[in-house]
Amino acid sequence: MSDPAPPPERPAEAGTLERTLRGARAAGRNLLVPYVTGGLGADWPDVVRAVAAAGADAIEIGIPFSDPVMDGPTIQAASERALAQGATPVAILDQLASLDAGVPLAVMTYYNLVFRAGHQRFAESLAAAGVSAAILPDLPLDEAGPWCVAADAGGVETVLLAAPTGSDERLRRICRRSRGFVYGVGLLGVTGERADLAATATTIARRLKGLTDLPVLVGIGVSNAAQAAAVSREADGVVVGSALVRRVLEGGGPEAAHAFVAELRAGLDGR
Amino acid sequence: MGEPSPAGRFGQFGGRFVPETLVPACEDLEAEFRAAWGDPAFRAELDGILRDYGGRPSPVTECHRLSDRLGVRVLLKREDLNHTGSHKINNVIGQTLLARRMGKTRIVAETGAGQHGVATATACALFGLECKVYMGEVDVARQALNVFRMRLLGAEVEPVVSGSRTLKDAVNEAMRDWVATVETTHYCLGSVMGPHPYPWMVREFQRVIGDEARAQCLAVLGRDPDVVAACVGGGSNAAGIFSGFVGTGAELVGVEPAGGAAIGRGIPGVVHGSKSFLLQDEYGQVLEAHSISAGLDYPGVGPEHAHLASIGRARYEAVTDDEVVAAFQVLSRLEGIIPALEPAHAIAWLLRAAPGIQGRTVLVNLSGRGDKDVAQMMERLG
Repeated sequence: MSDPAPPPERPAEAGTLERTLRGARAAGRNLLVPYVTGGLGADWPDVVRAVAAAGADAIEIGIPFSDPVMDGPTIQAASERALAQGATPVAILDQLASLDAGVPLAVMTYYNLVFRAGHQRFAESLAAAGVSAAILPDLPLDEAGPWCVAADAGGVETVLLAAPTGSDERLRRICRRSRGFVYGVGLLGVTGERADLAATATTIARRLKGLTDLPVLVGIGVSNAAQAAAVSREADGVVVGSALVRRVLEGGGPEAAHAFVAELRAGLDGR
Repeated sequence: MGEPSPAGRFGQFGGRFVPETLVPACEDLEAEFRAAWGDPAFRAELDGILRDYGGRPSPVTECHRLSDRLGVRVLLKREDLNHTGSHKINNVIGQTLLARRMGKTRIVAETGAGQHGVATATACALFGLECKVYMGEVDVARQALNVFRMRLLGAEVEPVVSGSRTLKDAVNEAMRDWVATVETTHYCLGSVMGPHPYPWMVREFQRVIGDEARAQCLAVLGRDPDVVAACVGGGSNAAGIFSGFVGTGAELVGVEPAGGAAIGRGIPGVVHGSKSFLLQDEYGQVLEAHSISAGLDYPGVGPEHAHLASIGRARYEAVTDDEVVAAFQVLSRLEGIIPALEPAHAIAWLLRAAPGIQGRTVLVNLSGRGDKDVAQMMERLG
């Protein structure tokens, strides 16, 4: 039997994403990390630049996967469209390499794309593209050991998700191993816009803040400026995906993305 | 076929690759299954329901006319005679009893051909549980009869319109539902796949096929069969019958559809919670499988099959749709048994392999009956 080794201890030194987020937090800023689907439309690099210019502290770039089980209809549709347009991990990373957004980038994708490429090769390709971090929603702590070894060696920060269903003991272990930030799952469910903010969003933020000094960001179900501001009273910031991606899917382009992220920024800044 | 490792591995395959939200649920399920499986009262209740409601034990039928035709002594393990028409009921009764033990009030399931969905809807009716079944839109169209059955039994059938609109996407959608409802809902997974403990647990619930069949073969033949064959999509009926014979000298043959041969054409990958052989492209995107049978239209395979293949204990063969259609007709004409298209794959392999195994004895798991496929075959055969 070849059970995976548990993840190694978290490296002592913080990476680019974590240093940036800690710095912004120390300056009294609520953190904003929007999500953009890589390869969605020819102008997707412009969407990334627009989002950065509108006040993102870092940006999550989704590398589409055929079977995104953690995603709801909007990001599923964006992934399907991007794949139909020929998006590949290699092409997306190539484009990221020449895209100077001016903020740290984290890739969000599913584990099979990493496993298929090979852990070391994937980590090296992220680093070569200037990507600071990786978020793999179907790779929980217990299975993350082999990837974390390669990611740490390649200088890639692995952001772990922490869910409302986790015990305090489990959340503590997740916080101890997560790099960059810890991603609080805002509700029981998959990504997607919700009319109301789930009570779990603030609860998970409070629980995680009690366990770690790492930046705590809450995502999944955070859909607008008011919700982002509400979550940030407990969390250090938010991740917003579906609400932004929907605007791009609807043909809004970089302008709509910029306007929406600017709105989120204003909400978080209390303006 | 023993217990998996603590992390749910069979050799290098298996594991628990799920969203963090589901990890505690998988841990709870594992603990509950372990406790229940060691609890004589649970086992007695399960055995009683499978006997009095499910119709177990299912017989082994000796196929004299087919044997004469092929020059091979053919026996069928008749899972088609179970209540709801397939082996699926064995697993579903086990899982719904577990769900009840855990205090869950709602069941979600995925289905391809509809057999697992019908079995799940049946058990939910029996135990008074709320039931939702995800089914690819393509499969909803080709298995209308089973969709009607599920609705008649009180289940909600949700057509899935994402991706290839078949079994793979129904699994995705069932997992998404489970992520959102995990506190009240049990995911009744239909095959030996998914995150640990599912591949192990489902195999244990299907082990009854192999245990019965071995004793029946000893009674009929006075020895073990030379070959044990079963169809493989996810692979639960095969895992069930193999588990009775893995410790014997019998050759184990899994039969995959040529268009979905995960072991034959796949390479190791991770989808739907476990590491196994998977049809995928150079980047790791999962490819669409194709099979005439909705139940085998799946690009992956249970991790224990991947393990059995990699250590050489079982071998896996692929048959074409045309061979399956021929086998469907042969078994109907020669034995008066209309098989489901899934086990017709195992029969198709037997028809092809017969010249090379003259005089030998082959046990085929007839995992389900063909009623659900008659309309589809009527169109094809005219």
